[in-house]
Amino acid sequence: MDHFPTSWGRQRNDAYDAYNTYPLHQRPNPGHDAFADSVQHTQQPIVTGTSVLAIVYKDGIMMAADTLASYGSLARFKSIQRLHSVGTSTVIGASGDMSDFQYLQSILDELIISEFTEGDKHELGPEEIHEYLSRVMYGRRSKMNPLWNSLLVGGKKDGKRFLAYVDLLGTTYTASTLATGYGAYIALPLLRTAVEGRENDLTEEEARKILEESMRVLYYRDARSLDKYQIAIVNDEGVTISEPQKLVTSWGFAEGIRGYGAQTQ
Amino acid sequence: MFRNNYDNDSVTYSPTGRLFQVEYALEAIKQGSAAVGLVSKKDVVLVALKRNAEELGSYQKKLIKVDDHMGIALAGLAPDARVLSNFLRKQAMNSKMIFNRPLLTSKAVYSIADKAQENTQSYGSRPYGVGLLVAGYDESGAHLYEFQPSGSVLEYFGAAIGARSQAARTYLERNLETIRETESPEELIVHGLNALRDTLPQDVELTYRNTSVSIVGKETKYTIYDDEDVQQWLDKLDSVSNARNRDDDDDDDENADNEQQDNQQDQQQEGGDSNNNEDRMETDE
Repeated sequence: MDHFPTSWGRQRNDAYDAYNTYPLHQRPNPGHDAFADSVQHTQQPIVTGTSVLAIVYKDGIMMAADTLASYGSLARFKSIQRLHSVGTSTVIGASGDMSDFQYLQSILDELIISEFTEGDKHELGPEEIHEYLSRVMYGRRSKMNPLWNSLLVGGKKDGKRFLAYVDLLGTTYTASTLATGYGAYIALPLLRTAVEGRENDLTEEEARKILEESMRVLYYRDARSLDKYQIAIVNDEGVTISEPQKLVTSWGFAEGIRGYGAQTQ
Repeated sequence: MFRNNYDNDSVTYSPTGRLFQVEYALEAIKQGSAAVGLVSKKDVVLVALKRNAEELGSYQKKLIKVDDHMGIALAGLAPDARVLSNFLRKQAMNSKMIFNRPLLTSKAVYSIADKAQENTQSYGSRPYGVGLLVAGYDESGAHLYEFQPSGSVLEYFGAAIGARSQAARTYLERNLETIRETESPEELIVHGLNALRDTLPQDVELTYRNTSVSIVGKETKYTIYDDEDVQQWLDKLDSVSNARNRDDDDDDDENADNEQQDNQQDQQQEGGDSNNNEDRMETDE
């Protein structure tokens, strides 16, 4: 029941207020907009993607990411593409919050369309996309409302290969091998050993093998990863993002591990 | 007297489909001193003739740097050009900041074209009273654009705006082939000064005080030469005075120029365009 007496109304006094209009009845005022309380800035990522790996090779750059979007530790969506082409010479790969990544995809697509409609035949290349993304990410973190991603931007334009990193703080750096998330700990040393100093010699086949091997190691070690992954290639022919591929793994050794195989004690 | 009833604002068409305020703005360009631009395969040159209001005063600046790869020459109302060049500088900085790329010449010139066009259909505003030559070197090469207050923008190999600019255009047309094939920036500047020289009035010569030179190209950032620095370029010319004034040959350009001058005088007397009576009403004023 309503415990506020002002909500109950008043007895009618026919002598001076035949229609009970004075004083005008008012319900108690809450004093503030309760809906405003629910407008919050991002405090943590919700649905997340794990590592992205990328390397420079002879003909361009190559990037790999699995297709899992986790909800906490739950492997919630197992067929989410985390590599996205921007224009004709750039690809981006995202780890971190997937909804923020989808937002980034939509503003980049808009950007490409508005550049196209200028009609001056200029196309945004990987360097320009990277600069733009870094401005967007830094702008959002400065509003205390970051887009919760680590992104790799790679591409090739006018014969020039480009590979760089940008994250939720707007931090940027560039290298011939890059990895985000757990991959920066597990896979990056492997990639460096395999790639550094050989950027101009590695063939597409070799590069693909290096990435596949690193993805396999990540799948063994990273509990938020999946054995299904995609590879994006940017070379003189443009951007190609492969169909999802399956990693071949063997878990026979795990039978003897306590907590995985049959319990012996 | 005839009075034009269709030039009170910039948004009303005359019955013959003309916007008089816009046309007056184009006239304002012709009142300004000449500026000439020309393009070779990898360089763009802008040269301009400066005017001083009086002997003791300074000369009005005619060339403005926008960025390392872009600059403009102006003819007409200099304050309007400053507003436009400040806007262009802002655009250039934005492009560097957001995309880490130099602003494309075409993007730059269309951005001010949009501003100018808006003035031709907003009540209570006036069109810019200035014409610009925009020179830039970007990833698609060397470019020269002419900007007009009507909002129209065209790309040129060679262009000239301002007083007696027809003479400069004639020079550029006659030497187009050599200008296009010119390899050296020096030669291009000399061609530019030759064209500018043809716009000179009878008793004036090109001096380092009244001449401005600038160049931008593949290997050159936008550079303006003013005052003493111009002398080196004037030294490369065979003469610093107008060819027509040196030897009295009868060029058909001369007649054309005289006609123009006459027209201008007419306008000053009548306070308007004299040869378009169909848009005027006879009044008793």
